[in-house]
Amino acid sequence: MKYACLVYLEPGKLHAVPDAECAASGDNLRQRGQLVAAEALQPIDTATTVRVRNGKVSVTDGPFAETKEHLAGFYLIEATDLNEAIQIASRIPPAREGSVEVRPVRALQP
Amino acid sequence: MSDHVQETVSQIYTAESRRVLATLIRLLGDFDTAEEAMHDAFRAALEQWPRDGVPANPRAWLVSAGRFKAIDVKRRLSRFDSLDEGEDGDGRKILGTVDPEAWADKETVEDDRLRLIFTCCHPALAPDAQVALTLREVCGLTTEEIARTFLTPAPTMAQRIVRAKAKIRDARIPYKVPEAAELPDRLDAVLRVIYLVFNEGYTASSGAAVTRHDLSSEAIRLGRLLVDLLPEPEAMGLLGLMLIHESRRTARTSASGDLILFEDQDRSLWNRAFVSEGTRLVERSLASRRFGPYTIQGAIAAVHADGRDAGATDWNEIVGLYDALLRLNPSPVIELNRAVAVAMRDGPAAGLAIVETILDRGELREYRLAHAARADFFRRLGKTTDARDAYRRALALTKQEPERRFLEHRIAELGS
Repeated sequence: MKYACLVYLEPGKLHAVPDAECAASGDNLRQRGQLVAAEALQPIDTATTVRVRNGKVSVTDGPFAETKEHLAGFYLIEATDLNEAIQIASRIPPAREGSVEVRPVRALQP
Repeated sequence: MSDHVQETVSQIYTAESRRVLATLIRLLGDFDTAEEAMHDAFRAALEQWPRDGVPANPRAWLVSAGRFKAIDVKRRLSRFDSLDEGEDGDGRKILGTVDPEAWADKETVEDDRLRLIFTCCHPALAPDAQVALTLREVCGLTTEEIARTFLTPAPTMAQRIVRAKAKIRDARIPYKVPEAAELPDRLDAVLRVIYLVFNEGYTASSGAAVTRHDLSSEAIRLGRLLVDLLPEPEAMGLLGLMLIHESRRTARTSASGDLILFEDQDRSLWNRAFVSEGTRLVERSLASRRFGPYTIQGAIAAVHADGRDAGATDWNEIVGLYDALLRLNPSPVIELNRAVAVAMRDGPAAGLAIVETILDRGELREYRLAHAARADFFRRLGKTTDARDAYRRALALTKQEPERRFLEHRIAELGS
């Protein structure tokens, strides 16, 4: 089963974990066959929110919600169950600086 | 004959339904399907046993019947879905070859009970959902009963349980006993749920009665089950702690429902069997050298239970145990309890100094027992005005009827 591990960090902590460490952790997961995809994101000031209402596209600066911690990156992992997903998430380096939200992936209905 | 069988089925329901359910959840992979299957199985027993006689191994019969009922439902559904059972993942789980003898195997069945406990107390579930689900699935309480004991509207409680089961299914919380590396943390979560249930029964935080007996005995039953299944030191320590507290149930309230302070309790009313069983458990846990905060609290309770009267209590030992507890588990509430023990050993002024320090730090200001303890120290020091003010503060914060009466009585005693 696939889980998304969404990494949240306060703006000041975006670089608290060295990039090299994150890259190594991603490689490690990939070698174990547990990684589908992973990316780090640019800071929140680069975010643009897009909405479509009544067919009209509205574009606004910034994120959808004002929160202290922002989405800083994501991992899409493969795990047998939530226990394994939690184990993997706990080894994602920025977990010690911010938080990692673990969400099961939902299959779209045909 | 048929009445007799009905009686037997009802006895088997009480004794075995939780085991049957735990095994069916493993075989069917889903809480709701398993519950339905279990009820179908007991319904089938009521129909068939009067005719065919009670089977030699009723539990295996019920598990097997429940499983076949679930397969039947699945078949009927799959006809509509035109799913091939052989290919379907869930279907395979249901139809897979399982040795019927293995269902009755004691070890497997007890493992299933442990799986059920750990799944219901999974930390990925909200704490109140863990409690509700444990009472529902492990103890077999109805949603209405749980709602009533927690003074929560039944639909809210039902929602909580439905949401928890949906999370177990959708986030795939496994039906597993945690591995050795995870066990300490996961066991803590289970113990926390059991102790929460116990305390809800023992010191209801609101409402008319001081104790709600049913919840305390459910917690003790859960504690016994856990010690049976997984004799870890802290599980023994918690069971010991609960038994020693429970031993004082009849002694801690008067016939009119008023609180009786520990030092004024009639010790002949204590349940001696509970005290000695609890003390033995605590001693076993201490001997393991792998004990934790529940065992230390159990040891404190055991020392309290030991003295012939409150004056004979070894307060020095109790202060030492609180010191150990604070090292493991720093908390202002434990500091407050330690202050009360220090006051017994060194006098009320020493206790007061500690409580003032805690309150000065800004902690426990809204905690009624901190003000009640402070009031008691002032009273014993003869500082009537300060005592009255502190009792009034405690009174304003309490929501429990017998406590309110106790505090009002104290204020009246101090005069105006």
